[in-house]
Amino acid sequence: MPSFSMDNLVSIVPESIVLCIAIAVLMFDLFTAREKRHYLAYFSIVGLAVAAYETWQLRGLNMTTFSGMFVLDGFSIFFKMLFFIVAALSILISINYLKNEQSERGEYYGLILFATSGMMIMVSGADLITIYLGLELMALSVYILAGFLRGSMKSNEAALKYFLLGAFSSGILLYGIALIFGVTGTTNLREIAAFIQTGNLSKPVLILSMILMTAGFGFKIAAVPFHMWVPDVYEGAPTSVTAFMSVGPKAAAFAAFLRVFMVALPGIQPDWTVILSALAILTMLIGNVVAIAQTNIKRMLAYSSIAHAGYALVGFVTGGAAGMSSVMLYLLIYVFMNLGAFGVVVMLRKGGAAGDNIEDFAGLAKNHKFAAMLMLIFMFSLAGIPPTAGFIGKFYIFMSALNAGFLWLAIITVIMSVISAFFYLRVVIIMYMKDPSGEYELSAPYTIKFALAIAAFCVLYIGMNPGGLIDYAISSVAGLV
Amino acid sequence: MNSMGYRILSLVAFLPVFGALGILLHVKRSDNLARWMALATTAVTFIVSIPLLLNFDTSTHNMQFVENYSWIPSWNVHYTVGVDGISVLLVLLTTLLSLICVISSWNAIQTKVKEYMIALLLLETGMIGVFIALDLFLFYIFWEAMLIPMFLLIIIWGGPRKMYAGIKFFLYTLAGSVLMLLGIIALYYQGGHTFEIVKLMGQSYPMEFQYWVFLAFFVAFAIKVPMFPFHTWLPDAHVEAPTAGSVILAGVLLKMGTYGFLRFNLPMFPAATMHFAPYILMLSVVAIIYGALVAMIQKDLKKLIAYSSVSHMGFVTLGIFAFNTQGLEGGILQMLNHGVTTGALFLCVGIIYERTHTRMIADYGGLTKRLPIYAVFFMIFTLSSLGLPGMNGFIGEFLILLGAFTSQRIYAVIGTTGIILGAAYMLWMYQRVMFMELKPRNESLLDLSAREVITLLPLAVLVFWIGIFPNPLLSVLHETVKHLLIQVNGQAQFTASANWFLNF
Repeated sequence: MPSFSMDNLVSIVPESIVLCIAIAVLMFDLFTAREKRHYLAYFSIVGLAVAAYETWQLRGLNMTTFSGMFVLDGFSIFFKMLFFIVAALSILISINYLKNEQSERGEYYGLILFATSGMMIMVSGADLITIYLGLELMALSVYILAGFLRGSMKSNEAALKYFLLGAFSSGILLYGIALIFGVTGTTNLREIAAFIQTGNLSKPVLILSMILMTAGFGFKIAAVPFHMWVPDVYEGAPTSVTAFMSVGPKAAAFAAFLRVFMVALPGIQPDWTVILSALAILTMLIGNVVAIAQTNIKRMLAYSSIAHAGYALVGFVTGGAAGMSSVMLYLLIYVFMNLGAFGVVVMLRKGGAAGDNIEDFAGLAKNHKFAAMLMLIFMFSLAGIPPTAGFIGKFYIFMSALNAGFLWLAIITVIMSVISAFFYLRVVIIMYMKDPSGEYELSAPYTIKFALAIAAFCVLYIGMNPGGLIDYAISSVAGLV
Repeated sequence: MNSMGYRILSLVAFLPVFGALGILLHVKRSDNLARWMALATTAVTFIVSIPLLLNFDTSTHNMQFVENYSWIPSWNVHYTVGVDGISVLLVLLTTLLSLICVISSWNAIQTKVKEYMIALLLLETGMIGVFIALDLFLFYIFWEAMLIPMFLLIIIWGGPRKMYAGIKFFLYTLAGSVLMLLGIIALYYQGGHTFEIVKLMGQSYPMEFQYWVFLAFFVAFAIKVPMFPFHTWLPDAHVEAPTAGSVILAGVLLKMGTYGFLRFNLPMFPAATMHFAPYILMLSVVAIIYGALVAMIQKDLKKLIAYSSVSHMGFVTLGIFAFNTQGLEGGILQMLNHGVTTGALFLCVGIIYERTHTRMIADYGGLTKRLPIYAVFFMIFTLSSLGLPGMNGFIGEFLILLGAFTSQRIYAVIGTTGIILGAAYMLWMYQRVMFMELKPRNESLLDLSAREVITLLPLAVLVFWIGIFPNPLLSVLHETVKHLLIQVNGQAQFTASANWFLNF
């Protein structure tokens, strides 16, 4: 056993900061009057900024700490930066939403920060146990957030559904971990890989373990057939929470998924490639086709989020440094466009009147040009039309798929993305063509406008100048594969 | 390499974006300001684009006014632009038609004027970008991005069935282009990790690879042209689009398809081109005859012209895939002719539609009595469309048929029938609209205003100029076409076909 070194503490500085801020928010909440609670939001954002700064200082380091349980590398830092962006933007779009729903309680921000630290631990896990711990910290926080509107039946339903199914899927994941521990005698990712290399183990059990873990992670990333919870939970949860969980936990689960499979299970890559390709195709198919039939914007975005998990899975399947960095880039781009789209939905909600149905977007362009223009950008980006970032993300995935020889997968992906254009365009059409059903005000204070403007700017900027980000994503996976 | 001393192509391409930004920033001001700003922008863009032609070196097939910067180094994507004889003409056509579109929309567009002008300007940038891009990635960005403003033009300012037409237009084009995207990526890996078009041209690819990638590109471009049987989006889009949208659609967007054939399919996949050419020629003559026959029975003016476009674009592809100087030059010239003439015809329909709000042929008749100046212009463009000697259409169609006759006699013979049919439906349409009884409801129509004359006059001048003195344009094309033929046929066959022509 190596003696405890300072490296251990250095490697968890960002996590510690986020946790401390989360606890501080919970405490300050007690002394803060209701109408001043938005200061807690700003406080959380400042905390996230500090954590982001510290994380950025750690870049370039590559170390494994806590006896091989925790790893600090380019891959984890990339995702941690992504989580800071997710958390900060989510908080910005939440402030006014909570006011409208009369649920301005400080725990909200605390829970977002707890979830964020859980995600950070998850992506830094070099051991299945660490990953599981991070995942549970994240999941428990998000279960509570989903039910944050205590007075709303739908929100309660969403939380309960999410909790039950989530607990079930965690159990399956744990079962997979137990099996792999059974055959390899370790939960450390690198040691598992080394053990598989020796070939001295029961392959069927290993495959079973891999399938169980795929199911566990598949639930979190919302891949078909583990997607049943997504539409109901996304619809019922507070919109700002939906925005958060459609990007943050999903990206975290993808990161852990990638790390486990790329680091621990490269020995059975041919086996999981087949399973994941099938999942990717099913996910894109169900997500895109069912999204067409939706009339509720949150449900539509839920299915769209399923479909996007499918695109990212295509990048995953292609493997290698290019495949991984394409998934990372895609997830980062997805953060901006999806948070942006949900942010516009949040803006439309005022006093429980409008906002949930796609028809509520009718005539948005007439009354609220700014909101309509933002939604236009996000919709075209989700559809993957240049010059938006969504195109760059998809392009990278196509590139790595073709490079790795997955021609048919690439062809199916492009066909699916044409189908997806239909329902994104429908939102645009309704905004620009139909007449508004009545005058309505947007709840658009500066915080949310600011967050959406940042998201839209990033969508366009990455769309036109992605070079630096691509290089960063490629360099981030350098030590991993 | 850039003979101008400044980045003229980038300037031409992105001036409209700055105009659009200017309008966006003045979003609270009056509609008229937006109109004037759009007019100024398109006028300046047109003026700035003229030196391209004046300084064009007709003695080389090389790309000219080239600019090359690294854009996304990790993928080896470059911002490379440049023009050759084909694209320089199309750029000028684009800048001219954009200017005319702004003028023609002056009164027709009364709602959301700023947004309209912004969309029009962004569309112009997209179109110019497609023609000047020398990097496949850049090309694809412009190619797709252009869909957005065009889609908005149709769904916001379009006719009653605009939603259907807009979505159909978008999905059709997108479906074609995503397969091309895969083709582009395949080419990237096959061609040595580069997107640069000029570099990708000079290589020979394996047969099977050529076939598949040729088809991926072909479908994208065939939808855009549109070739039979991919044409069904066109009549809907034309009918529902506002006048300027139709003009742009007919004048420029359709040319992107044939431009794509010339820029990518022919030079990059010569073996596949040879292999598929008989089928493409067959589709071309089907388009010529089918488009003409369907045009004949149309009751709606815009639909009639839309189907005539299908027929005319059939001539263009017939010329291109005849693989000889006459056919190719005729095809390219016919692209320009079609842009000028059909664009003008849509303008004419728009002008009369603004007054009566109907496009049905049956609602008109006897307009010569009330609108003599209009009747003259309409006559000029009608005759140009059916290919009367002395006008532009004749030169193009003559060269195409000459070329086709040289290589594939039977298709030339069938194609000629298309010209007769073209004369039939155009003249019949003209007769029903302009002569016969004047309907009482049309008694009080006013003749063209000065603004409307300004929109039509330059196009009429072009009709006669190309018709009587096409050599300046052909000389711009000549070296490029010669080089293209070498790329497709190899030197030997090129000279052979030229000799045949001399002996004829």
